[in-house]
Amino acid sequence: MADLTEDFVELIRRTSTDLPLDVETALVQAREREAPGSAARGAMESILQNVKLARQKSSPICQDTGTPIFYVRHPEGWSTRRLREQIRKAVAEATARAYLRPNAVDALTEKNSGDNLGDEAFPTIYFEEVEGDELVVDLMLKGGGCENVGAQYSLPNGALGAGRDLEGVRRVVLDAAQHAQGQGCAPGILGVAIGGDRGSSYHASKETLFRKLEDVNPDPALAALESRLSHEANQLGIGPMGFGGETTVLGVKMTGMHRLPASFFVTVSYMCWADRRRRMVVRGGDAVIE
Amino acid sequence: MRELKMPLSDAVIRGLKVGDPILLSGVMLTGRDAAHKWMADTFVNRKRKPTADDLATYEAIKPLMAGGAIYHCGPVVAGLDTRDYRFVAAGPTTSTREEPYQGDIMRHFNLKGVIGKGGMGKRTLAACQEVPGVYLHAIGGAATLIAETVTRVLAVYKLDFGVPEAMWVIEVKDFPAVVTMDSHGGSLHAKIEADSKAALERLLAA
Repeated sequence: MADLTEDFVELIRRTSTDLPLDVETALVQAREREAPGSAARGAMESILQNVKLARQKSSPICQDTGTPIFYVRHPEGWSTRRLREQIRKAVAEATARAYLRPNAVDALTEKNSGDNLGDEAFPTIYFEEVEGDELVVDLMLKGGGCENVGAQYSLPNGALGAGRDLEGVRRVVLDAAQHAQGQGCAPGILGVAIGGDRGSSYHASKETLFRKLEDVNPDPALAALESRLSHEANQLGIGPMGFGGETTVLGVKMTGMHRLPASFFVTVSYMCWADRRRRMVVRGGDAVIE
Repeated sequence: MRELKMPLSDAVIRGLKVGDPILLSGVMLTGRDAAHKWMADTFVNRKRKPTADDLATYEAIKPLMAGGAIYHCGPVVAGLDTRDYRFVAAGPTTSTREEPYQGDIMRHFNLKGVIGKGGMGKRTLAACQEVPGVYLHAIGGAATLIAETVTRVLAVYKLDFGVPEAMWVIEVKDFPAVVTMDSHGGSLHAKIEADSKAALERLLAA
């Protein structure tokens, strides 16, 4: 089995320093919507300057390089134990090279490990065996500010008039967007999971954030709701950084899950504008970062 | 764009209004969750007995805090092994977590500037009126851009809190921010919160 440690370091570097093009395009469009001279326009100008500078200097877009979350889809025959070792080694190396901030803090002793290696869940690594002969690794860096404004609702919710249907989902997602204000570094992206249990629902809500901004949900009802919620969340007027303005969210991505008859969870994960996600595909001996 | 130099006088602070863009220069400190809890527990509320290191740190930061600014920031720092420290990425963190401590810390140290993102609540706004002080909003996520305004790292205290939580003494030149809470009771955050709540109610009534 190949040693991919250096490739993983490069995947981390690219993810931390090089914002995906679809996100940058959406940020440019958001800047154009803000009034010249407004604080919101100024914020968008700084954000876009920073994106360019970070790419040019190969330096982190945001100092909060978050929880590194890896999704590894591997063909039969790969050792997940060795892949885990290589990923952990790469995370420590990327931290030493200042692509990542040391972020793993023991919740009981308050000690920061200094190299981003904590328990089995830090960094977070999911493995799945798949058909074919390609190894596909998706990485997301999920910062703490946006993670803190995520929310989970148990429907029905009387206060919001939210029943167990898509109208109920709409109502709680708008409530989550309003509660987040600018705290999660607006304009953000909302990942929404409908159903599941408390754990699986949070997991799925994050996974939807890997979808590109321009991609359309294959489920027509969810596609319509995603588009309606993007439009309505922007009517809240929270704007970039919470300064007030036209763009509060860059997009909404939703997914439906199975649920227990007794439970109806709606989970909203908030991704900041610094939506750092990248894919690496290993084919034969070559690793290509998309 | 107003250019401000630290230390900040009462007159300068009173002249600032919500919405003013500023460029800040001079020496300031970073401090976030662990630092705020430590300052509040050890020196403001005296819930724990200070160690020798606590007292030495207190004496060192006191003159910087008086008339100065604290930056809610957990930076990415290069040169950790050689102690030739350099800020690589240094955007603001969410300030609201310091709301239980900030007002008391402003009063205790005569701290005049609080820099972060997302704004703060009523207790900090009251301290801004009394001290007087301001809340300066930096652009969240603009970490490489902001790190360019950090010209020198002068010292670090409480590095045992970890790199993000340590108190870094930095010299900045033309650090960009916007006044979003002023010493006259004005808060952009309170306004956006109320306006967006009304907008939400309209959307849910439809």
